[in-house]
Amino acid sequence: MSSALASARRPARAHVVRVGETVSLRLRRRPLVAGAALVALVLALLVVSVGTGDFPIGPAGVVKALVGQGDAGTVFVVRDLRLPRAVCALLIGVALAISGAVFQALTRNPLGSPDIIGFQQGASVGALFVITVLGASGVAVNGGALAGGAVCALAVYGLAFKRGGTSGYRLILVGIAIGFLMLSLVNYLLARARVEQAEEATRWLLGSLNGRGWSDVVPLAVVLAALLPALPAAARALRALELGDDSAHALGVRVERARLALVALAVALVAASTVAAGPVAFVALTAPQIARRLARAPSPPLLCSALTGTAIVLAADVAAQRLVPGTTLPVGVMTGAFGGLYLAWLLSTEWRRGRA
Amino acid sequence: MSDAPLQAREVTLAYDGTVVARELTVAIPAHGFTAIVGPNACGKSTLLRALVRMLKPRAGSVLLDGAEITSLPTKQVARRIGLLPQSSVAPDGITVEELVARGRHPHQRLLRQWSREDERAVREAMEQTAVDQLADQLVDELSGGQRQRVWLAMALAQATPLLLLDEPTTFLDIAHQMEVLDLCAELHGRGRTLVAVLHDLNHACRYATHLIAMRDGAVVAQGPPSEIVTAELVERVFGLRCLVVPCPASGAPMVVPAARAPGGGGARPAGQPAALASQLSA
Repeated sequence: MSSALASARRPARAHVVRVGETVSLRLRRRPLVAGAALVALVLALLVVSVGTGDFPIGPAGVVKALVGQGDAGTVFVVRDLRLPRAVCALLIGVALAISGAVFQALTRNPLGSPDIIGFQQGASVGALFVITVLGASGVAVNGGALAGGAVCALAVYGLAFKRGGTSGYRLILVGIAIGFLMLSLVNYLLARARVEQAEEATRWLLGSLNGRGWSDVVPLAVVLAALLPALPAAARALRALELGDDSAHALGVRVERARLALVALAVALVAASTVAAGPVAFVALTAPQIARRLARAPSPPLLCSALTGTAIVLAADVAAQRLVPGTTLPVGVMTGAFGGLYLAWLLSTEWRRGRA
Repeated sequence: MSDAPLQAREVTLAYDGTVVARELTVAIPAHGFTAIVGPNACGKSTLLRALVRMLKPRAGSVLLDGAEITSLPTKQVARRIGLLPQSSVAPDGITVEELVARGRHPHQRLLRQWSREDERAVREAMEQTAVDQLADQLVDELSGGQRQRVWLAMALAQATPLLLLDEPTTFLDIAHQMEVLDLCAELHGRGRTLVAVLHDLNHACRYATHLIAMRDGAVVAQGPPSEIVTAELVERVFGLRCLVVPCPASGAPMVVPAARAPGGGGARPAGQPAALASQLSA
């Protein structure tokens, strides 16, 4: 096979890589640069996350311990205590951000993210029901969260997408309505719970990475490994769908089927992350929009969103662990504070442009 | 059938429970410029949606090159029929060239994102619609007429022998309406088969080679405008009393609404109750 690097008409903007006649990839410079910078940032954050704490380890020591060299104590701290938490943060960032990017592209609205449109509230109701009514904990809570989220997603989808060809606004409005309904259920469950149950429930509700081990990481990693290969196809379908249903149809996309598959993908991703760390707020909302601006793309780019989401969760987790000496805040507190500011800014700017 | 690449055979079309058109049979002539005309809500856009298999007929069949269109793979249909829909959404901050390039979707695969063929088709589509000068501009910043040319370029980049247009001139001023129709005539001249839903009967007479006149979900007449457009037909289809005269510019039939009778009921013919007019526009 002959390999050729042919440049497109404007080499500054897009490069075309062609291998023979069957393979041709169009690569834009801006997302590549942004992506590379994000990868570097994520790696740096990983080293900081794993290297700091009560037992500080220098960057070189972290890298050595990761490959299994150095003294046994350091290797234990890095590999068994801190790495699972960092990897968990990394995977949660990926899952949430991609889920948000898919929902935002489908609804053509930056507010169309799973934490706004009710999924995470539904998962919260499920988890709280298990904690406060059934009095269970552990795996059962995860099951409850999954069931609650799934029921909520189905309800939103059924109400907003029936008869096909719905507008993004409808999904968002229905989602917000159901989200508030779920929130009142959450408050009801909290109000009737015993104090210690309410405490456990609140911890779950904030979304936390405290005490996450490899047993939490593995299921999330399996789900991601199963779903991520579908991303290129998802991105391709989204590029057609965002032109409107009629145009997508004319371009040969089976609109209803593609949309259902994309919603399923996004819900599965957010569900897996909610099971691993509770409803970590605002990552799904913010990461795709930041990535879109970094990559200067017309719609949320999936890969850059994933990297941005990872960077946000890692940074928020490092801040949550180190900001107040002696205490470890739940990561959801940090992403919530950061995301709240972002949401306020987003609403005020979008409002001025007459879109939100 | 080589002379009609696209045809509908006794199709009955319905949205949910409401039947919009009953047992329509139309044939789209190869290399023709077909215009579908009729009053509001006569089912003309619905027919177009059925022809591009966006609406599944309740009964009857739509044939593309003699094959039942619903039995063909979606992608294969998308390589044969292009569509300029009534409304499309341009993603925020997309450039003209990027948008036109999206038209290549049915020809691309995961690993074949930008073949030389894609590059050529996009360049040609932009040249034909004269948007190549706007390639790097944002679609959001264009005027209505420019934007419509960009969407047309996207449909052209799809490189389909058949191109269907749903009211391509709506919302444009008269100069831009003519510009879009001239462009359509040019594309037709280069051998493409065009089907357009048009609002303006005079535009249809002037540009189309084949006319499908519809009313109340039925086809009233089909044929070349010069043969079928008469005052009688216009009255039957639109409920409008008029004169049909040769257009001074093109020689095509031109519909001129009849003068308002003094103290009378306007252009509506005598004996045509207002109820019918409201039924037509319902």
